[in-house]
Amino acid sequence: MALTRAEVLHVAKLARVGLTEADVAKFQDQLSQILDHFDVLSRLDTEGVPPTTHTLPLENVMAADEPRPSLPQDAVLANAPLAQEGHLRVRAVLEE
Amino acid sequence: MADLHYLTVDEAGALLKRREISAVELTRAVLDRIAAVDGRVGAYVTVTEALALEQAAAADARIAAGEGGPLTGVPVCVKDLICTAGVRTTCSSRMLESFVPPYDAHVVERLREAGAVIVGKSNMDEFAMGSSTENSAFFPTHNPWDLERVPGGSSGGSAAATAAGECLVALGSDTGGSIRQPAALCGVVGVKPTYGRVSRYGLVAFASSLDQIGPFGRSVRDAALVLDAISGQDGRDATSAPLAVPGFAAALPAAGAASLRGLRVGVPREYLPDDLDPAVRAAVMKAIEQVADLGATVDFDLSLPSTAAALAVYYVLAPSEASTNLARYDGVKYGYSYTEGASMWENMEATRQHGFGDEVKRRIMLGTYALSTGYYDAYYLKAQKVRTLIRREFDAAFQKYDVLLTPVTPTAAFRLGEKVDDPYAMYLSDIFTLPVNIAGLPGASVPCGFVTVDGKELPVGLQVLAKPFDEATMLRVAHAYEQATAWHGRRPPL
Repeated sequence: MALTRAEVLHVAKLARVGLTEADVAKFQDQLSQILDHFDVLSRLDTEGVPPTTHTLPLENVMAADEPRPSLPQDAVLANAPLAQEGHLRVRAVLEE
Repeated sequence: MADLHYLTVDEAGALLKRREISAVELTRAVLDRIAAVDGRVGAYVTVTEALALEQAAAADARIAAGEGGPLTGVPVCVKDLICTAGVRTTCSSRMLESFVPPYDAHVVERLREAGAVIVGKSNMDEFAMGSSTENSAFFPTHNPWDLERVPGGSSGGSAAATAAGECLVALGSDTGGSIRQPAALCGVVGVKPTYGRVSRYGLVAFASSLDQIGPFGRSVRDAALVLDAISGQDGRDATSAPLAVPGFAAALPAAGAASLRGLRVGVPREYLPDDLDPAVRAAVMKAIEQVADLGATVDFDLSLPSTAAALAVYYVLAPSEASTNLARYDGVKYGYSYTEGASMWENMEATRQHGFGDEVKRRIMLGTYALSTGYYDAYYLKAQKVRTLIRREFDAAFQKYDVLLTPVTPTAAFRLGEKVDDPYAMYLSDIFTLPVNIAGLPGASVPCGFVTVDGKELPVGLQVLAKPFDEATMLRVAHAYEQATAWHGRRPPL
């Protein structure tokens, strides 16, 4: 199925990938081509077939509720682009 | 003495134990090999020379104290999406170009405990998305057998390093074929363990219901020795299975003792399609004959009809999971950050625009689309249901057969640049490996011959599949075949 330009822009906004004008045209083309190949799914009968989220026969894996050491603050913040007084610093999320 | 950089793990272990060489000498030999060939191969993003020599000296001390194990002093290459404390872990992405993890991945802890020497971090397709290592944000890796061709991917650096003697063994990760496909194209052994066999703690996540860490080696036994070291439950990965780990290497028979009498082999017809490269088909068919000659019963009357939908299932599920996993790269906590924008949103968008390459953006968008309102049922949920069908077909096959044999790839290594502008053509190179991740099975790639293209010999791989958590049978078959042939002893003309 062909994606419209508006759909590409909408998905790019949801995903926050920041496309250039050239990207939009290229991705519209390439993603449409890939989506065409997904039609094979709709042709398969999955009536009554449960979905598989992962392949392990495991459910509700519990960890022991025991305190254990965590990384020191300076190690956690060592890779932070902006840090201040032990916090990650970001631009204002809510604008006036 | 043979080239130290091409020793098997057992050969290295014997020399180390007899003190005929030291771990420092062995590590030095591998570092020299890297210096000699990596300018042409491009397997490594980071070579950790000083740390490696320190680890080698520590290994020598352990060996002198009689405390070494099979991997003590063995130079290992680690794919650059597996966290190494204090050593940058880039995922071959601008986003993580200067990211230095504060902790080791579980598998790295295990390698360190075993006394292995980590010589460096290998190049890959960015965030493990790709089949040629051309999606690295830094540089492509070249196939040691023909430098004009790709090594496969996404673990192309680890595969090429193993083939070129730039390590003895390596770690990679496999989400849709990223260990087995490059192993096949580089002529080495690659093992994707069962989903749940190896903890992913410290593995940078791509598609969490599919990702698995596994080894590369120049023999099945070498890969099995690494698998022994890294397998087993770890409380820090809830998907690591609470199952005992048999000694994989110890269970392999000594040379000359390999028989496959009584083994039931199935060959699914969907894996030998009409458009399969004729030379690849010939090599794989010959290999299957040789497995039969070792005493196995081979049945070609096997169909796995949902195989035709596996590519679509994979390219719905993996990008969907990736789109959520990669949401964490927002320029706030770590990694590349654009800070010059007028607002928080502008910074986040610019961070991701400049930090991610095209293939990563393509998959994030594909996944975001498949998960979005109105398409979730048609794509994501539907793909999960077809996933059930694929798994059921494999389960039924393993009622009748102990292993399945297939080609690993539809062609030998392709040219650099050949598929970069056609994402779908690139996706097709994993057509025989993707279903294995979808079903969570173990799969191994073992060298099974060569094809000659443009005057160059290029390796071909045989894929051995077994039922979940039966790596032991898979490795036994791969090892028996390998020991009956000489392919694994060939070295690229570097």
